[in-house]
Amino acid sequence: MSAFRFSAILSTALALGLFSAGCGGTVEVKAASLKAEKERKTAPDFTLKDADGKVVHLSDYRGKVVILDFWATWCGPCRIEIPWFMDLQRRNRDRGFEVLGVAMDDEGWEVVKPFLAELGVNYRVMVGDDLTAQMYGGVDALPTTFLIDKTGKIAAVHVGLASRKDFENGVEQLLQAPAPVASAGAGEPVVSLGAK
Amino acid sequence: MSLWSLSAQSSGHLKVGEPAKVAAARGAAVEARIPVTVDAGFHVNSNHPSEDYLIPLKLTWTSLGALEGGEVAYPPAKAEKYEFADKPLSVLSGAFSLTVSFKVAANAPSGPGVASGKLRYQACNSNTCFPPKTADVSVAYQVQ
Repeated sequence: MSAFRFSAILSTALALGLFSAGCGGTVEVKAASLKAEKERKTAPDFTLKDADGKVVHLSDYRGKVVILDFWATWCGPCRIEIPWFMDLQRRNRDRGFEVLGVAMDDEGWEVVKPFLAELGVNYRVMVGDDLTAQMYGGVDALPTTFLIDKTGKIAAVHVGLASRKDFENGVEQLLQAPAPVASAGAGEPVVSLGAK
Repeated sequence: MSLWSLSAQSSGHLKVGEPAKVAAARGAAVEARIPVTVDAGFHVNSNHPSEDYLIPLKLTWTSLGALEGGEVAYPPAKAEKYEFADKPLSVLSGAFSLTVSFKVAANAPSGPGVASGKLRYQACNSNTCFPPKTADVSVAYQVQ
Protein backbone atom coordinates (compact mmCIF):
# COMPACT_ATOMS: atom_id res chain seq x y z
CA MET A 1 0.00 0.00 0.00
CA SER A 2 1.42 3.35 -0.95
CA ALA A 3 1.95 6.04 1.62
CA PHE A 4 -0.55 8.20 -0.25
CA ARG A 5 -3.26 5.58 -0.22
CA PHE A 6 -2.72 4.74 3.43
CA SER A 7 -2.86 8.40 4.27
CA ALA A 8 -6.14 8.81 2.42
CA ILE A 9 -7.68 5.82 4.13
CA LEU A 10 -6.41 6.93 7.49
CA SER A 11 -7.82 10.40 7.01
CA THR A 12 -11.20 9.04 6.02
CA ALA A 13 -11.28 6.63 8.88
CA LEU A 14 -10.37 9.29 11.38
CA ALA A 15 -12.98 11.61 9.97
CA LEU A 16 -15.61 8.96 10.37
CA GLY A 17 -14.41 7.76 13.74
CA LEU A 18 -14.29 4.23 12.43
CA PHE A 19 -10.89 3.18 13.63
CA SER A 20 -11.49 -0.01 15.52
CA ALA A 21 -8.81 -0.94 18.01
CA GLY A 22 -8.29 -4.62 18.49
CA CYS A 23 -9.54 -5.54 15.04
CA GLY A 24 -6.23 -6.30 13.50
CA GLY A 25 -5.70 -2.75 12.31
CA THR A 26 -8.36 -3.05 9.62
CA VAL A 27 -9.72 0.28 8.50
CA GLU A 28 -13.37 0.29 7.59
CA VAL A 29 -14.99 3.02 5.62
CA LYS A 30 -18.70 3.17 6.13
CA ALA A 31 -20.78 3.88 3.06
CA ALA A 32 -24.25 2.69 3.83
CA SER A 33 -25.68 4.15 0.63
CA LEU A 34 -23.80 1.69 -1.59
CA LYS A 35 -25.77 -1.23 -2.94
CA ALA A 36 -24.59 -4.73 -2.21
CA GLU A 37 -22.46 -6.03 -5.07
CA LYS A 38 -24.97 -8.70 -6.07
CA GLU A 39 -27.70 -6.04 -6.41
CA ARG A 40 -25.74 -3.80 -8.74
CA LYS A 41 -26.63 -3.51 -12.42
CA THR A 42 -24.34 -2.64 -15.26
CA ALA A 43 -24.23 1.05 -16.10
CA PRO A 44 -25.39 1.51 -19.70
CA ASP A 45 -22.58 2.35 -22.06
CA PHE A 46 -22.88 5.59 -24.00
CA THR A 47 -21.10 7.42 -26.76
CA LEU A 48 -20.82 11.17 -26.29
CA LYS A 49 -18.32 13.86 -27.21
CA ASP A 50 -16.37 15.92 -24.72
CA ALA A 51 -15.53 19.62 -24.96
CA ASP A 52 -12.61 18.85 -27.26
CA GLY A 53 -14.79 16.83 -29.63
CA LYS A 54 -13.26 13.54 -28.51
CA VAL A 55 -15.55 10.54 -28.29
CA VAL A 56 -16.16 9.23 -24.79
CA HIS A 57 -17.51 5.77 -24.01
CA LEU A 58 -18.32 4.88 -20.45
CA SER A 59 -16.80 1.47 -21.17
CA ASP A 60 -13.44 3.20 -21.63
CA TYR A 61 -13.39 3.58 -17.86
CA ARG A 62 -13.94 -0.07 -16.93
CA GLY A 63 -11.56 -0.91 -14.10
CA LYS A 64 -11.95 2.54 -12.56
CA VAL A 65 -14.35 3.95 -10.03
CA VAL A 66 -16.48 6.56 -11.78
CA ILE A 67 -18.79 9.32 -10.66
CA LEU A 68 -21.22 9.96 -13.52
CA ASP A 69 -22.94 13.26 -12.88
CA PHE A 70 -25.93 14.50 -14.87
CA TRP A 71 -26.21 18.24 -14.39
CA ALA A 72 -27.07 21.54 -16.08
CA THR A 73 -25.84 25.11 -15.88
CA TRP A 74 -29.28 26.33 -14.73
CA CYS A 75 -29.34 23.87 -11.84
CA GLY A 76 -28.35 25.45 -8.53
CA PRO A 77 -27.86 22.19 -6.60
CA CYS A 78 -25.62 20.92 -9.41
CA ARG A 79 -23.40 23.96 -8.99
CA ILE A 80 -22.89 23.06 -5.34
CA GLU A 81 -21.75 19.54 -6.11
CA ILE A 82 -19.41 20.27 -9.02
CA PRO A 83 -16.62 21.75 -6.85
CA TRP A 84 -16.86 18.63 -4.65
CA PHE A 85 -16.33 16.48 -7.72
CA MET A 86 -13.40 18.62 -8.81
CA ASP A 87 -11.82 18.04 -5.41
CA LEU A 88 -12.48 14.30 -5.56
CA GLN A 89 -10.96 14.21 -9.04
CA ARG A 90 -7.88 16.09 -7.90
CA ARG A 91 -7.33 13.86 -4.86
CA ASN A 92 -8.12 10.49 -6.43
CA ARG A 93 -7.33 10.56 -10.12
CA ASP A 94 -4.10 8.63 -9.53
CA ARG A 95 -5.99 5.94 -7.64
CA GLY A 96 -8.17 4.75 -10.50
CA PHE A 97 -10.96 7.26 -10.19
CA GLU A 98 -12.62 9.56 -12.70
CA VAL A 99 -15.50 11.98 -12.70
CA LEU A 100 -17.56 12.24 -15.87
CA GLY A 101 -20.08 15.03 -16.23
CA VAL A 102 -23.03 14.95 -18.60
CA ALA A 103 -24.52 18.39 -19.16
CA MET A 104 -28.21 18.36 -20.01
CA ASP A 105 -28.47 21.94 -21.22
CA ASP A 106 -30.58 22.25 -24.37
CA GLU A 107 -28.25 25.01 -25.58
CA GLY A 108 -25.29 22.61 -25.48
CA TRP A 109 -21.70 23.75 -25.60
CA GLU A 110 -22.68 27.38 -26.13
CA VAL A 111 -23.52 27.62 -22.45
CA VAL A 112 -21.56 24.67 -21.09
CA LYS A 113 -18.08 25.64 -22.28
CA PRO A 114 -18.09 29.08 -20.65
CA PHE A 115 -19.25 27.51 -17.41
CA LEU A 116 -16.48 24.90 -17.48
CA ALA A 117 -13.91 27.59 -18.16
CA GLU A 118 -15.23 29.82 -15.40
CA LEU A 119 -14.99 27.08 -12.78
CA GLY A 120 -11.88 25.44 -14.19
CA VAL A 121 -13.56 22.04 -14.19
CA ASN A 122 -10.82 19.42 -14.12
CA TYR A 123 -12.73 16.39 -15.40
CA ARG A 124 -14.30 15.37 -18.69
CA VAL A 125 -17.70 16.77 -19.44
CA MET A 126 -19.95 15.77 -22.30
CA VAL A 127 -23.20 17.24 -23.53
CA GLY A 128 -25.96 14.71 -23.03
CA ASP A 129 -28.66 13.68 -25.41
CA ASP A 130 -32.08 12.09 -25.14
CA LEU A 131 -30.74 8.60 -25.79
CA THR A 132 -28.26 8.78 -22.95
CA ALA A 133 -30.86 10.20 -20.60
CA GLN A 134 -33.29 7.44 -21.54
CA MET A 135 -30.69 4.78 -20.86
CA TYR A 136 -30.33 6.17 -17.36
CA GLY A 137 -34.03 6.26 -16.58
CA GLY A 138 -34.92 9.64 -18.06
CA VAL A 139 -32.83 11.77 -15.69
CA ASP A 140 -35.56 14.38 -15.24
CA ALA A 141 -34.39 15.58 -11.85
CA LEU A 142 -30.99 17.20 -11.57
CA PRO A 143 -28.49 16.60 -10.26
CA THR A 144 -28.62 12.84 -10.68
CA THR A 145 -25.34 11.16 -9.89
CA PHE A 146 -24.28 7.56 -10.30
CA LEU A 147 -21.41 5.94 -8.45
CA ILE A 148 -20.02 3.22 -10.68
CA ASP A 149 -17.71 0.54 -9.40
CA LYS A 150 -14.60 -0.89 -11.05
CA THR A 151 -16.65 -3.54 -12.83
CA GLY A 152 -18.86 -0.93 -14.48
CA LYS A 153 -21.83 -1.52 -12.22
CA ILE A 154 -23.95 1.10 -10.49
CA ALA A 155 -23.21 1.04 -6.79
CA ALA A 156 -25.30 4.06 -5.81
CA VAL A 157 -27.62 6.67 -7.27
CA HIS A 158 -28.08 10.09 -5.76
CA VAL A 159 -31.05 12.11 -7.01
CA GLY A 160 -30.87 15.71 -5.93
CA LEU A 161 -28.26 17.47 -3.84
CA ALA A 162 -26.49 14.84 -1.78
CA SER A 163 -23.98 15.30 0.99
CA ARG A 164 -20.32 15.68 0.19
CA LYS A 165 -19.52 13.02 2.76
CA ASP A 166 -21.79 10.52 1.01
CA PHE A 167 -19.78 10.95 -2.17
CA GLU A 168 -16.43 10.85 -0.41
CA ASN A 169 -17.33 7.75 1.57
CA GLY A 170 -18.83 5.98 -1.42
CA VAL A 171 -15.83 6.67 -3.61
CA GLU A 172 -13.44 5.61 -0.89
CA GLN A 173 -15.22 2.31 -0.33
CA LEU A 174 -15.33 1.56 -4.04
CA LEU A 175 -11.65 2.41 -4.41
CA GLN A 176 -10.78 0.05 -1.58
CA ALA A 177 -12.72 -2.81 -3.11
CA PRO A 178 -10.58 -5.51 -4.71
CA ALA A 179 -9.83 -5.12 -8.39
CA PRO A 180 -12.23 -7.16 -10.53
CA VAL A 181 -11.18 -10.41 -12.09
CA ALA A 182 -11.17 -10.56 -15.88
CA SER A 183 -14.54 -12.26 -16.18
CA ALA A 184 -16.36 -9.95 -13.81
CA GLY A 185 -18.78 -7.22 -14.80
CA ALA A 186 -21.16 -9.06 -17.08
CA GLY A 187 -24.39 -8.09 -15.37
CA GLU A 188 -27.74 -7.29 -16.89
CA PRO A 189 -27.91 -3.78 -18.32
CA VAL A 190 -30.03 -1.44 -16.27
CA VAL A 191 -33.35 -0.54 -17.87
CA SER A 192 -34.71 2.05 -15.53
CA LEU A 193 -33.49 3.66 -12.39
CA GLY A 194 -35.32 5.39 -9.62
CA ALA A 195 -34.12 7.38 -6.69
CA LYS A 196 -31.63 5.83 -4.42
CA MET B 1 -69.70 43.18 -25.58
CA SER B 2 -66.76 40.81 -25.56
CA LEU B 3 -66.24 37.56 -23.82
CA TRP B 4 -62.79 36.44 -22.78
CA SER B 5 -61.77 33.11 -21.54
CA LEU B 6 -58.48 31.38 -21.18
CA SER B 7 -57.49 27.83 -21.21
CA ALA B 8 -54.02 26.49 -20.69
CA GLN B 9 -52.21 23.27 -20.23
CA SER B 10 -50.26 22.16 -17.24
CA SER B 11 -46.91 20.46 -17.32
CA GLY B 12 -44.23 19.70 -14.82
CA HIS B 13 -44.74 21.24 -11.42
CA LEU B 14 -46.75 24.25 -12.55
CA LYS B 15 -50.37 24.53 -13.61
CA VAL B 16 -52.13 27.35 -15.40
CA GLY B 17 -55.80 27.81 -14.60
CA GLU B 18 -58.65 29.65 -16.28
CA PRO B 19 -59.11 33.34 -15.56
CA ALA B 20 -62.35 35.06 -14.86
CA LYS B 21 -64.11 35.95 -18.07
CA VAL B 22 -63.87 39.57 -19.08
CA ALA B 23 -65.60 41.77 -21.60
CA ALA B 24 -64.27 44.54 -23.81
CA ALA B 25 -65.25 46.58 -26.82
CA ARG B 26 -63.26 47.51 -29.93
CA GLY B 27 -60.46 49.87 -29.06
CA ALA B 28 -60.87 49.21 -25.34
CA ALA B 29 -58.12 48.19 -22.97
CA VAL B 30 -58.66 45.08 -20.95
CA GLU B 31 -56.77 42.96 -18.46
CA ALA B 32 -56.65 39.22 -18.24
CA ARG B 33 -55.51 37.55 -15.04
CA ILE B 34 -53.88 34.23 -15.59
CA PRO B 35 -53.88 32.09 -12.47
CA VAL B 36 -50.84 29.96 -11.92
CA THR B 37 -50.22 27.34 -9.26
CA VAL B 38 -46.87 25.82 -8.39
CA ASP B 39 -46.96 22.44 -6.70
CA ALA B 40 -46.40 22.43 -2.94
CA GLY B 41 -42.74 22.16 -2.08
CA PHE B 42 -41.62 23.55 -5.42
CA HIS B 43 -40.80 27.00 -6.70
CA VAL B 44 -40.12 28.61 -10.04
CA ASN B 45 -37.67 31.40 -10.69
CA SER B 46 -39.25 34.82 -10.87
CA ASN B 47 -39.21 36.95 -14.01
CA HIS B 48 -36.01 38.54 -12.69
CA PRO B 49 -33.97 35.77 -11.07
CA SER B 50 -31.32 36.72 -8.59
CA GLU B 51 -28.64 34.83 -10.49
CA ASP B 52 -27.80 35.12 -14.18
CA TYR B 53 -27.75 31.37 -14.69
CA LEU B 54 -31.33 30.85 -13.53
CA ILE B 55 -34.08 30.63 -16.13
CA PRO B 56 -36.80 33.25 -15.61
CA LEU B 57 -40.54 32.79 -15.70
CA LYS B 58 -41.60 34.32 -18.99
CA LEU B 59 -44.87 34.54 -20.87
CA THR B 60 -44.58 35.38 -24.54
CA TRP B 61 -47.34 35.66 -27.09
CA THR B 62 -47.06 33.77 -30.33
CA SER B 63 -50.34 35.02 -31.80
CA LEU B 64 -52.47 37.90 -30.55
CA GLY B 65 -55.31 37.61 -33.03
CA ALA B 66 -57.38 40.80 -32.95
CA LEU B 67 -55.64 41.93 -29.77
CA GLU B 68 -52.71 44.26 -29.32
CA GLY B 69 -50.19 44.67 -26.54
CA GLY B 70 -50.08 41.69 -24.27
CA GLU B 71 -47.72 43.23 -21.73
CA VAL B 72 -47.31 40.92 -18.76
CA ALA B 73 -47.14 42.11 -15.16
CA TYR B 74 -45.54 39.49 -12.96
CA PRO B 75 -46.36 39.26 -9.25
CA PRO B 76 -43.85 40.38 -6.63
CA ALA B 77 -41.25 37.71 -6.09
CA LYS B 78 -40.33 36.17 -2.77
CA ALA B 79 -36.75 36.05 -1.52
CA GLU B 80 -36.24 32.53 -0.26
CA LYS B 81 -33.10 30.86 1.01
CA TYR B 82 -32.20 27.40 -0.19
CA GLU B 83 -29.39 25.08 0.78
CA PHE B 84 -27.98 25.16 -2.74
CA ALA B 85 -27.53 28.92 -2.96
CA ASP B 86 -25.49 31.33 -0.88
CA LYS B 87 -28.00 34.15 -1.21
CA PRO B 88 -31.80 34.13 -1.13
CA LEU B 89 -33.29 33.46 -4.53
CA SER B 90 -36.02 35.45 -6.23
CA VAL B 91 -38.78 32.90 -6.68
CA LEU B 92 -42.51 32.38 -6.96
CA SER B 93 -44.37 29.58 -5.26
CA GLY B 94 -47.89 28.60 -4.35
CA ALA B 95 -50.71 30.38 -6.21
CA PHE B 96 -50.24 33.66 -8.07
CA SER B 97 -51.54 35.46 -11.13
CA LEU B 98 -49.99 37.00 -14.20
CA THR B 99 -51.78 40.13 -15.28
CA VAL B 100 -51.84 40.76 -19.00
CA SER B 101 -52.81 44.08 -20.55
CA PHE B 102 -54.42 43.92 -23.98
CA LYS B 103 -56.16 46.37 -26.22
CA VAL B 104 -58.74 45.26 -28.72
CA ALA B 105 -57.72 46.49 -32.15
CA ALA B 106 -59.87 49.35 -33.37
CA ASN B 107 -60.56 47.50 -36.58
CA ALA B 108 -61.00 44.10 -34.99
CA PRO B 109 -63.63 42.03 -36.76
CA SER B 110 -66.61 40.96 -34.77
CA GLY B 111 -66.59 37.42 -33.52
CA PRO B 112 -64.41 35.03 -31.59
CA GLY B 113 -60.70 34.65 -31.65
CA VAL B 114 -57.79 33.28 -29.64
CA ALA B 115 -54.52 34.77 -28.49
CA SER B 116 -51.88 32.14 -27.95
CA GLY B 117 -48.78 32.24 -25.82
CA LYS B 118 -46.09 30.19 -24.14
CA LEU B 119 -45.24 30.28 -20.45
CA ARG B 120 -41.68 29.17 -19.94
CA TYR B 121 -40.56 28.25 -16.46
CA GLN B 122 -38.04 26.22 -14.55
CA ALA B 123 -38.97 24.53 -11.29
CA CYS B 124 -36.92 23.32 -8.36
CA ASN B 125 -37.53 22.04 -4.89
CA SER B 126 -35.15 22.35 -1.99
CA ASN B 127 -32.49 20.05 -3.45
CA THR B 128 -33.47 19.18 -7.02
CA CYS B 129 -34.13 21.10 -10.21
CA PHE B 130 -36.16 20.10 -13.22
CA PRO B 131 -35.61 20.98 -16.86
CA PRO B 132 -37.19 24.14 -18.22
CA LYS B 133 -40.68 23.53 -19.53
CA THR B 134 -43.17 25.45 -21.59
CA ALA B 135 -46.91 25.53 -20.95
CA ASP B 136 -49.23 26.58 -23.75
CA VAL B 137 -51.50 29.47 -22.87
CA SER B 138 -54.43 30.61 -24.95
CA VAL B 139 -56.87 33.43 -24.42
CA ALA B 140 -60.15 32.99 -26.20
CA TYR B 141 -62.09 36.17 -26.92
CA GLN B 142 -65.08 37.46 -28.78
CA VAL B 143 -65.35 40.91 -30.25
CA GLN B 144 -68.79 42.34 -30.85
